Amino acid sequence: MSSATSKSRHTTRGRPRLYTNYASEMAIFNTGAKRLWILIGFFALVILPFLLDRDMVSLGAKVLIFAIGGIGLNLLTGYAGQVSLAHAFFLGIGAYTAAVLGGEARGGVIGLGWDMAIWLPLAGLVPAIVAAVIAPLAARVRGLYLAILTLGLVFIGEHIFKEAKPITGGAGVGRAPAEPVFLGFDLFANYEVFGIEIDRYTMLFFTCLVIFVVMALLARNFTRSRFGRSFAAVRDRDIAAEVMGVSLLRTKTLAFAISAFYAGIAGALFSIVIGRISPETWNFFLSVDFLAVIFIGGLATITGSIMGAIFVVMLPQLVNALTRYLPIDPGVGGGGLLNVFELQSIIFGVLIVVFLIAEPRGLYGLWLRVRNYFKAWPFSY
Amino acid sequence: MGELLASLMRGLGTGGVYAMLGVSFVIIYRATGVVNFATPALMILGAFFTGYFGVSIGLPFIVSVILAMIVLAAIGLASERIALRPMVGRPAFSAATVTVGLFIVFLVLAGRLLGSELLIVNDPFGLNTLDVLGARIFTVDIARLIVGLVAIGLVGLFLTRSRTGLAMRATAFDQETSLAQGINVGRMFGLSWGIAAAMAALAGAMLVAGSSGVETTFALVALKALPVIILGGLDSIKGSVVAGIIIGIAESLTRTYQPQFAPWLGANFDVIVPYLIMIIVLMVRPYGLYGTKEVVRV
Repeated sequence: MSSATSKSRHTTRGRPRLYTNYASEMAIFNTGAKRLWILIGFFALVILPFLLDRDMVSLGAKVLIFAIGGIGLNLLTGYAGQVSLAHAFFLGIGAYTAAVLGGEARGGVIGLGWDMAIWLPLAGLVPAIVAAVIAPLAARVRGLYLAILTLGLVFIGEHIFKEAKPITGGAGVGRAPAEPVFLGFDLFANYEVFGIEIDRYTMLFFTCLVIFVVMALLARNFTRSRFGRSFAAVRDRDIAAEVMGVSLLRTKTLAFAISAFYAGIAGALFSIVIGRISPETWNFFLSVDFLAVIFIGGLATITGSIMGAIFVVMLPQLVNALTRYLPIDPGVGGGGLLNVFELQSIIFGVLIVVFLIAEPRGLYGLWLRVRNYFKAWPFSY
Repeated sequence: MGELLASLMRGLGTGGVYAMLGVSFVIIYRATGVVNFATPALMILGAFFTGYFGVSIGLPFIVSVILAMIVLAAIGLASERIALRPMVGRPAFSAATVTVGLFIVFLVLAGRLLGSELLIVNDPFGLNTLDVLGARIFTVDIARLIVGLVAIGLVGLFLTRSRTGLAMRATAFDQETSLAQGINVGRMFGLSWGIAAAMAALAGAMLVAGSSGVETTFALVALKALPVIILGGLDSIKGSVVAGIIIGIAESLTRTYQPQFAPWLGANFDVIVPYLIMIIVLMVRPYGLYGTKEVVRV
């Protein structure tokens, strides 16, 4: 097997799309260029935190978290075709599961102070179980009805979060998140390794990076499995899928549960990065942010979710950089045409519209265009 | 008794507004098959323009409401032409996501226009009350119900009696056949957006009337029209009216009696009652009270 693969690699040098056996075609990174760029990207991410200042590193962690959550929503909406506005609700459940199990009991809230090795998996599992319970209800409705149903879930969830004071601290008060102590090793503290200082934000970034890489690889692997294909079958034509023996109920339940698992992990990490969590965090607008991640990034691609996360999280920085050249008020006061936050939201809304109209495949689609242009060069027309 | 009557009347009032918002959704859904998530922002923009013409310029309330409806109809027409027309033939949820984008844009716009002030309109109702059978009833609630029923009645008359209304219904029924009969389908789409946006503006003005000022996040109230259209049926105007009133009364009764009888459900439980009703309806009867049952071609 290994000799066959190495031989095919050798003979196909320069012809990356020529596959001589099934295994190499189905490989997770099926071209040499992909393998190379993944390696380069990974090393860049390891070195990056040492070159950037603290705020940017925190923002980088947020990008990774949005990528995890975005991949989760993309598995549900992009691959399985079940549009969901309830993503923020599952992020919230994940965050509070983590906070209850791994946080401190202070100010009237429950906190067990367990280790991250326990609370991190549970922060994914509890939302997944909740989603699996809700999914049979959601599987009864399709398309726009599902969007409306999940919108209802966000509002009901927000109400529950506001009222469950022992768990969430209540409306306007909030609570401290879980403590990222993994097997007794504090991942949110300053360290010195071989004379290189690693501050706590960089540590947090690396924690998110490791979790992100694992989750992204799992997702990519999942999409080329039997279940991944059944997701696409349900999305493309659910009745045809059912005729072919794909159980709609089981597939949709699985899609909701997996998506909620990713959301829960993202929510738990997100709560650590923002520092203090209030029930209002997990609202309709956060769901819209995640929809923007997958619609701007590209539906049904893992790479697209990552691109979308980078874009959505970095947009405020971009807008800040633009303020010097445009009639924008840098503060929140009255002057100027628009202030930074407003411009940011407007760009956000406009881009969702523009991408859906002009390039439904999102940023990933733009990249495909660029790639195909150069691939066919000099006959790119 | 007085408490019950007052609560019922308040429910009827908000129900009238919900019915208008529901009709706004239904008109667009019937014509284009899209659920317009931008309605809340259109509603708050409508309320803003009513306040602008009424409070800042000083026109009478009725004139400023009508002007605001005209402005919003223009905005509705423009957004359909620019953002929704290119989405014809695409999956319904892509088009619905476009309206989510529009929602963000319009909400920011409303926030910017409003600045740091509270949104008020110069309605003649204020906090005036009538005394009926020992119950204090706000005149604004009576006005909301009457305005809602009259406006929806006018839209219904337009759709059933006029030539353009017939063309709109034909478009909703079958786009290709309508094209073959010489109906300008694109114009019908635009028209439905215009009417829906004007309806949302009227609902916004009536909702802000009788309050002492709201912020732009108040727009999310309009999302309660989604439970209304699910209960009434996505494509039924009659359903919107009935469901709007049911939801309005259910919410109002919960607000009056829940703190007394079921305090463990928490403060402001009435806010989520419409959504709970909606989830039950989706489970039991997904096409609603008067909606057409979805038939899927295999």
